[in-house]
Amino acid sequence: MTIEELQEIGKIEKEKQGGFRHRIHVCVAAGCLSSQSGLVKEALEKEVARRGLESWALVKGVGCLGLCTAGPMVAIEPDGSLYQGVKVSDASDILEALGGAPVYRLDCSSHLPFFTRQKKIVLENSGRIDPESIEDYVAERGYEGLYTALRTTTPTGVVDHVTKSGLRGRGGAGFPTGLKWTAVSKAKSNVKFVICNADEGDPGAFMDRSVLESDPHRVLEGMAIAGFAVGANYGFIYVRAEYPLAVKRIRTAIAKAERLGVLGRNIFNTTFNFDVSVRLGAGAFVCGEETALIASIEGRRGSPRPRPPFPSELGLWGYPTLINNVETFANVPPIIRKGGAWFSSMGTEKSKGTKVFALAGRVNNTGLIEAPMGTTLREIVFDIGGGIKDGRKFKAILTGGPSGGCIPAKFLDMSMDYESLAQVGAIMGSGGIIVMDETSCMVDMAKFFIEFCMSESCGKCVPCRVGTVQIYNLMKRITEGNAKPDDIKLLEELCDLVKSTSLCGLGQTAPNPVLSTMHYFMDEYRAHIDYKICPAGTCQMRPAEEST
Amino acid sequence: MTRKRLATAWLDGCSGCHMSFLDIDEEIIQLFDRIELVYCPLMDFKTIPENIDFALVEGAVSSQADKEEILSLRESSKVLIAFGDCAVTANVPGMRNQFSVMETLSRAYIENSASNGILPDSVVPKLMKYARPLHEYVRVDLFLPGCPPPAGVILSTLSDLIDGRPPGIEGKTRFGA
Amino acid sequence: MRYPAFLQKIADRADVQPVRVLTFTIDGRMVSAREDETILSVARENGISIPTLCHLDGLSERGACRLCIVEIKGSAKLSPSCVTLPRQDMEVITNSERVMDYRRKILELLFTERNHICSVCVSNGHCDLQALTAELGMTHVHYDYLHTKQVVDASHERFSVDHNRCVLCQRCVRVCDEIEGAHTWDVMGRGHLSKVITDLNQPWGESITCTGCGKCVQVCPTGALSEKGKSVAEMTKKRQFLPYLKLMRGAEIT
Repeated sequence: MTIEELQEIGKIEKEKQGGFRHRIHVCVAAGCLSSQSGLVKEALEKEVARRGLESWALVKGVGCLGLCTAGPMVAIEPDGSLYQGVKVSDASDILEALGGAPVYRLDCSSHLPFFTRQKKIVLENSGRIDPESIEDYVAERGYEGLYTALRTTTPTGVVDHVTKSGLRGRGGAGFPTGLKWTAVSKAKSNVKFVICNADEGDPGAFMDRSVLESDPHRVLEGMAIAGFAVGANYGFIYVRAEYPLAVKRIRTAIAKAERLGVLGRNIFNTTFNFDVSVRLGAGAFVCGEETALIASIEGRRGSPRPRPPFPSELGLWGYPTLINNVETFANVPPIIRKGGAWFSSMGTEKSKGTKVFALAGRVNNTGLIEAPMGTTLREIVFDIGGGIKDGRKFKAILTGGPSGGCIPAKFLDMSMDYESLAQVGAIMGSGGIIVMDETSCMVDMAKFFIEFCMSESCGKCVPCRVGTVQIYNLMKRITEGNAKPDDIKLLEELCDLVKSTSLCGLGQTAPNPVLSTMHYFMDEYRAHIDYKICPAGTCQMRPAEEST
Repeated sequence: MTRKRLATAWLDGCSGCHMSFLDIDEEIIQLFDRIELVYCPLMDFKTIPENIDFALVEGAVSSQADKEEILSLRESSKVLIAFGDCAVTANVPGMRNQFSVMETLSRAYIENSASNGILPDSVVPKLMKYARPLHEYVRVDLFLPGCPPPAGVILSTLSDLIDGRPPGIEGKTRFGA
Repeated sequence: MRYPAFLQKIADRADVQPVRVLTFTIDGRMVSAREDETILSVARENGISIPTLCHLDGLSERGACRLCIVEIKGSAKLSPSCVTLPRQDMEVITNSERVMDYRRKILELLFTERNHICSVCVSNGHCDLQALTAELGMTHVHYDYLHTKQVVDASHERFSVDHNRCVLCQRCVRVCDEIEGAHTWDVMGRGHLSKVITDLNQPWGESITCTGCGKCVQVCPTGALSEKGKSVAEMTKKRQFLPYLKLMRGAEIT
């Protein structure tokens, strides 16, 4: 296929869709589907047929529109209306309003800061294209990046673009993507692999799921570009089985991409071959750790091994392997299409581009957002997030899930980038932001996350396997009002032990929520221990006397 | 020279540590020139005296009575020594910890009873949920592991303490026999 | 391994087996090593002792017990010496206060996890875990005991496994897989609920893959795996075959 043929496909698709007076976009990502957007879509289609408007109005399933809390969401183009909480019974009114005034009772203003303050790169197609249609993706200049890479650039050139862009791993640690690609491309081996890590396991995080559900081709394109850059001909997407819709969409996308010839053999008439297949994770958080993930793909028990050697040297089945997160790959096509300099013009000095965040917790607008690196926490929580629910007071956010830390109110004006977050003892993580207000107990929250790590520890190394149990028991004691004054010291000691001596990232970061809440909210711990009181009123104190 | 005041106590244990103490044989005579035994299960003391210099405590804390005794010993003693594995780790008495108290008692008094078994409800101190080592209740100054600690180590530890030297037990005793 | 061009010619000769040798220091002592030796093995060659539990000469390394952690100057992270290769001029510290303290605490954690009551154990006096308490100067456990309840499987005609004594070092798993080739043992569950199992968690006695070779019993560091008919302190492990493990594994030692 040539670029002209590719663009022709896009053009035809554009014309086809442009032929409709109105395009009704119904969100069919997991969030809205769970509030029955599937039925809404059916109802709209039926209503269109009933009114005989098939050539006027197109009902199209699209990916995530972002404001998950207001689902099911429906957007009308080119009218520009955006509806929230749409029910099956609303179908008739929506069609009635086409071309005229919108249905006011369903109106969700698209002028909300939630929509206007975002900057979308990764999510640029989310909510606009049909995730199950490759033509729709191509119409949005999809696979042009791959074409550019393959036909006009060398592998080294591609790596250079990525290096110049300043893109850093979106999975959590923020390792410079260019460096990783360079390492794999330099590894001497005839066989190499590219792995897309979609084993998103942090409670409250759903960025990767949403990208896979809303724009799967973007990830495939990113992987293929990566394969070309590092010299790999085979890619795996490791998705957790708890994301059935994402799995289905990515499988559909692979099949369609192969049929179109943008995956498979001799892509764009070059000698480059690239195949992708999907591997399902069986629900272990630790399999998000790259060496455990590799073991799992190999069919072994998903437990990590000490690094070095890193996967870039000794990866899948012993071959050099590039592992990046979904969001990282999703950033690649526009970088190649528009150049590294374009990407690095956004963000802060050391954190470039944008970041997708999953806003959850006690915030008005829960959902998926994308903002440039360096956006302040205040903008995210109060402008985009719409502030705290029920007019309560902001207390803290937690980033990075079970590996992350909390950020109290005094840092609200801090810039969200890798360095600033690290400075206050938190991490960027994969992008989950959990907002807490005065009714959230920080001790209880930390207990929740250490319990998560305890049950998700693989059990291989002693400090993580046993240490997390010990920490959890102490936290349990504290939240039940049974702690001794010395328990704080013991807690600190155990956290340090687990952090310093565990084998992999899971254990090394597991104590973070405890440590950072102890750092910023020691008074809450003290209240639980010394006065047997939970200031937020969350913990049930049940002092227990040891009895026979 | 005034003699140092020594107390020995026997909580939940088999008394093997006390037997090991006696195994220092004739040297016990010279030792007793320098110490005065003020509390011991082998003698008839009713209450725990004041001003104990060294307290050797054998056994785990298993019952309310054990708990009271260890708290009171701690109060009166300058140096409290966890004497043997039961005191240090709860050891064999601690093996009941994975069962409920009821399971443990009924195994002892009912299942293995030759005639009509009956659970004790007086005289025998009530068991607590877990048998625990001393240091979970009180500060312990010295740990003397071993099941039992060898007689020589007991002697040298006491001699060191009397002379005011830090007792060097490293490498001389360990958990188990 | 690559050398500058003029040396590469020599290195490419079939009769030359170039192995880079390097020097570094352990606890201030200058030592030399092949670049593919681990810090642990170099230390032991030089009579510097580093405690280990999951490591066993001849079996693959796991880096899991974390007792062999050492400090490397210039790195904030601690490295497990059993899987860390030395670099030229690296400064390794095996006995700093920090490292010794962590090791003791890790050992204490192991003791809290299951029932490790030495005095009534078949391996009393012949146990690697017990010996470690003396080696690391662990006099007591200052964490809470977890009081977990594990089972005993005595269904095999000659051996028994007492999960209460297991430290999950996986020596049995590795020796069975890597040396005997039976892969009878593996691990199920995760975190503190992990457990070594025979076949698909069937009773050992009913295992159709177990050859009854008993290597697992002999390499087990504690009394978890023992021969039947042994009472307290009677189970001495026979490890005479250990030096041959490497040989048995052929050249595939990694």
